[in-house]
Amino acid sequence: MEPYNNHTSIAALMNRSNVDTDQIIPKQFLKKVERSGFGAHLFHDWRFNDDGSDNPDFELNKPAFKSARILVTGDNFGCGSSREHAPWAIADYGFNTIISSSYADIFYNNCFKNGILPIRATKEQLQLIANEINSHEGCSLTINLEAQTVSTPLGNNFAFEIDPFRKENLLHGLDDIGLTLEQIDKIDEYEQKHRRLYPWLWT
Amino acid sequence: MKKTMYEKIWDSHLVCEAPGQAPLVYVDRHLMHEVTSPQAFEGLRNANRKIRNPHSILATMDHCVPTKDRELPIADPIARKQIETMADNCRENNLNLYDIKNPNNGVIHIVVPEHGFVHPGMVTVCGDSHTATHGAFGALAFGIGTSEVEHVMATQTLPQVKSKTMLVQVNGKLPKYSSAKDIVLAVIGKIGTAGGTGYVIEFAGEAVMELTMEGRMTLCNMAIEGGARAGLVMPDEKTYEYLNGREFAPSGSQWDTALAYWKTLPSDDGAEFDTVVTLTADDIAPQVTWGTSPEQVAPVSGSVPSPDDFNDEGKRQACISALDYMDLAPQTKITDIPVNLVFLGSCTNGRIEDFRIAAEITKNHKVADGVTAIAVPGSYKVKKQAEQEGLDQILIDAGWEWRDPGCSMCLAMNGDELTPGQRSASTSNRNFEGRQGKGGRTHLVSPAMAAAAAAAGHFVDIRNL
Repeated sequence: MEPYNNHTSIAALMNRSNVDTDQIIPKQFLKKVERSGFGAHLFHDWRFNDDGSDNPDFELNKPAFKSARILVTGDNFGCGSSREHAPWAIADYGFNTIISSSYADIFYNNCFKNGILPIRATKEQLQLIANEINSHEGCSLTINLEAQTVSTPLGNNFAFEIDPFRKENLLHGLDDIGLTLEQIDKIDEYEQKHRRLYPWLWT
Repeated sequence: MKKTMYEKIWDSHLVCEAPGQAPLVYVDRHLMHEVTSPQAFEGLRNANRKIRNPHSILATMDHCVPTKDRELPIADPIARKQIETMADNCRENNLNLYDIKNPNNGVIHIVVPEHGFVHPGMVTVCGDSHTATHGAFGALAFGIGTSEVEHVMATQTLPQVKSKTMLVQVNGKLPKYSSAKDIVLAVIGKIGTAGGTGYVIEFAGEAVMELTMEGRMTLCNMAIEGGARAGLVMPDEKTYEYLNGREFAPSGSQWDTALAYWKTLPSDDGAEFDTVVTLTADDIAPQVTWGTSPEQVAPVSGSVPSPDDFNDEGKRQACISALDYMDLAPQTKITDIPVNLVFLGSCTNGRIEDFRIAAEITKNHKVADGVTAIAVPGSYKVKKQAEQEGLDQILIDAGWEWRDPGCSMCLAMNGDELTPGQRSASTSNRNFEGRQGKGGRTHLVSPAMAAAAAAAGHFVDIRNL
C-alpha cells in the first residue's frame, strides 16, 4: 500500500446522507475476481444515464469536481454491504480522502486497507466545508494527516481524531498482515491455550 | 467485575495488545462465499502465504448462483468465472465447500447453522455484512472486508477496536402475526440505521427469548441494518437443543464440556451496557418499509409520512428523496400500496418456519392478477423439508414459483431482479435504491406479510384476515 502523504486537493461535495455501498458500487459489478478497474463504475446508477452518457445532474459529474481527490459527504456514509469493492472503486476513481460526519463500521475499516483516509468531522465543521465548496466549486482543502488537520481556503482549520495505529499504518503504507505476523509467537501461544480450553473446536 | 456477554467473548479471544497496534482478536470460524473471497485468495498467493487453519472455514456459493435451470451452465460468463474461481480456490486449499450441485448448498447464513458450524462464544467472521445472523447462538459474529478475509486466512486473527455495548430489551409478548422481522424493523425504526454504529447489540427480554432459533437468526441478521457491528442473543435450552446432533456440534463428553462453557456466557446480572433501548413487544404491529432505508418503516396500519413529519433536516431530505424514488405520496395508507412482485427468501427469511407461515397464509388464496411471486428456499435442506411438508405444493397451486436456493433477489446479482418501476414486497433485508434492480422499489416485510400481499396485490393488515 502507498503511504498517505499530506496534500492539497480539490474537494467534491456530495450532499447526501446514508449513501450505501450498493450505490457506491452496484451489485452487477461485483462478479469480477480482480481488485482493479472498479473506478469506472463508482456511483454507476447515479452517475450515468440509461444510454451510458454522463448524468449532468450528478454531483461528481460537475466539471469543477473532475479531478477531486477529497469527497465531502453526509452522515452514515458506506452503510450496508461489507463489499470492499466500495473503497476499491473510490480509490480507483481517484479519491484518497473522505470527509463525513459518520461512517458505517465495516466501510470505515475497509478504507484503511486501501490507503483511504476517512475523516470524521462534526456536523458544524462539515457544514462549514460544504458552504465553502458551494460558494467556490473546485476549491481545494489541505489535509495533514501527521498533524490531523483539515484547512480550508478561507482559513478555517480544524483537527480530527483518528486511532494512532490506523494513522501510523496509513502514513507508512504498512501491510496489516505483515504487522500481525510479527506477533506469531503470541498467536501460537494463544492457540495452544485455545485447544486446551475449547477442544471441541479442534475435532 | 460484572461482564456483558460481548465482554466475555472479547476477553476470551484477546490474543495480545502490541504497543501502538489495535488489539488482536482470535477468530474461531470463517465463512466464505464467492463474491468477497477471490481477491483475498489472490493476495495470499501473491504474498506466498498459507491458510493457517483450513478447518476453521466453511464455504458456499450463493450470491450469483441461478435459482432455476441449475443443470445448465451459468449463462453470465463473469458470474461463471467467479463460481469456478471459488471452486478452484477451495480445492487448492483443501477447504470444505458446498458447491452449487452439493445437496448441502444454500445461502451461507442458512447452511452454517444447519450444520451446527457456529457455537455459542465463538468469534465468527465472513466477508458479508449479514454474518451478524450467527449472534443468535450467542456467538460474536460480524462482517468483514476482503482484505480482512485475507488477514484471517493468513493469521486466524483480526486487529479490532472494542465496540460499545447496547442492550435492546424487548419486553412483553409479540402479538399473533407479528414476527422477529417486525421486531427488528421496529428496532431500526426507533434507533435509525446509524443508531447502532460502534456498538454490539444484545437482544434480550421475554419476546426475544420466546422466539425460535430461526426467529433469533432473523433478528440478529438485521442488527447490521441498525448500524451495529453484531447482534447477540444469549444461549439457552433452545440453542443447545438446536445444536445437539448437528454435524459440527460437539458430541459425547465434549458436548458436556462445551455445554458447561456455554452456560457461563450470558451477561452477568447487573452488567452495565453503554446504552439501553426498551421496546414493548405487545405494541409491535407487522411492519412495512416505505422508503429507501430500513429505518423508513411504518406499521401496516399506518401511512407513508410527509417530509414535514421530520424535524431533522437530514431525515426530511431523505424522506423527500425516498418518496420520489418510491413514487409514493405522503399520507398514502400502507394498505393502499400495490405490489407487482413478491420475494420470499434470503438469509433474513429463507428458513423453514418462514415457508410454513407463508404457506399457512397462502392456503386457498391465488396469487393476485399481475403479481409475480417467487419462493426461494435458503438452502437445499430447507427446500427438501418444505417439500416433505407439502409447503411447495400449496405455494405452487396458488401460483408461486418454487426455486432452487440462493441469495437471489435479495441483492439481484444472479439475474433475478426487478425491472425499473416494479414494486416488491420482499422478505429480504435492504430496501436501498436499485438493490433489487435499477429503478426497482422494495418494501421490506415479514414472510406472512409478503404472502398476504401476493394474494391481495397490495399490502394487507394480516391481523384482520
